[in-house]
Amino acid sequence: METLLGIKGPDFVMLAADTTHAHSVVVMKEDENKIHKVADNLLISTVGESGDTEQFTEFIAKNIALYKMRNGYDLSPHSAAHFTRKNLAESLRSRTRYQVFMFIAGYDPAEGPELTFIDYLASAQSVNYAGHGYGSMFCSSIFDRYWHPNITQEEAYDVLKKCVLEIQKRLIVNLKNFNVAVVDKNGVRHLDQISSKSLIDYNAAA
Amino acid sequence: MTTTNKITYNGGCVIAMQGKDCIGIATDRRFGLQSHTAGEDCQKVFHLSPRLYLGLTGLQTDIMTVYNRLLYRKNVYEINEGREVSPKVLTELLSHLLYEHRFGPFFVEPVIAGLDPETLEPYICCMDLIGCANVTNDFVATGTCSDQLVGMCESVWSPNLNATELFKTIAQAMLGSFNRDAVSGWGSSIFILEKDKITERLIRTRKD
Repeated sequence: METLLGIKGPDFVMLAADTTHAHSVVVMKEDENKIHKVADNLLISTVGESGDTEQFTEFIAKNIALYKMRNGYDLSPHSAAHFTRKNLAESLRSRTRYQVFMFIAGYDPAEGPELTFIDYLASAQSVNYAGHGYGSMFCSSIFDRYWHPNITQEEAYDVLKKCVLEIQKRLIVNLKNFNVAVVDKNGVRHLDQISSKSLIDYNAAA
Repeated sequence: MTTTNKITYNGGCVIAMQGKDCIGIATDRRFGLQSHTAGEDCQKVFHLSPRLYLGLTGLQTDIMTVYNRLLYRKNVYEINEGREVSPKVLTELLSHLLYEHRFGPFFVEPVIAGLDPETLEPYICCMDLIGCANVTNDFVATGTCSDQLVGMCESVWSPNLNATELFKTIAQAMLGSFNRDAVSGWGSSIFILEKDKITERLIRTRKD
């Protein structure tokens, strides 16, 4: 029932994630952060099986930090995504299968922005925009309509607001708040939460 | 994933055809999760060697795993032998890789297309998910719309086509087939490999 969204621009990547942590029908926590800053230029957002999400993300994050300690420079976002996918693919056919859906978002001064969609089967694809979870089903067409190759950060935030409005209207599960983070040449920044309160006066058609 | 068919979960198709001193290999570009299209520029053909292409269709995660593992084995071969791998040898490498997982297979249907590095003879072959190779001298087709592809190829292919005619033939076969398949399509990437050059073309089609 959790939702992740991601959108890539010419020089940034923006991720949004809901903040609800539920155990079957009970909401345990309303302010769970699912977007993790893994390095100065890298964000990972994860949803899926409880426990697997934290364990797998932490494993990847610590290995990326170890790479930096050993070599003196950061792993590029493309390589980080490749490393993540490889580990998930190896765990897929083992006794310890992790069931996680993730986005790897990063900005490299040489290679530019990178948004990688990774499925629970370790299918990885570099995309311009995508989503995970039931909420993402309502957002595909919004992204198709409003994304363009020269999208700015303000426009991308606006597109995410339209997506959240649609999710809150049409998804049976109540996802009150969405955390938003962006990574660009200046590093990682957390933007204002998109919540039902902040969308009260928002006119999606404009 | 227990009730869904793993080979058709992501959708996709690959064909390869032999012409006069040239080969062509083509795939669609869709990355889907059953009925939902998640990506429209998915790469399913990999340029393993200057004169060798590997096309993979099936479960996307296994496509990437098989490609990475085969690339590793090919690189080790080239370091040990000190020469470029030939299509026949690559077929053996891939066949062994897949049969090693006989009872827990990778859900991929590969196609190998290339020119022999020494004789420049065209070579195409397809394989099933456990490595049974089928080497032919006309065309091979795998994927969710393989029935349609084989039918189209049978009617449009003829021997000794030159590079331009081969491109038109492959394009016709691909478009005619994946237009009738819901989980393939969203454009087609076609590579024509000749003695002295490779031409890559992208055909934009209806995205539905």
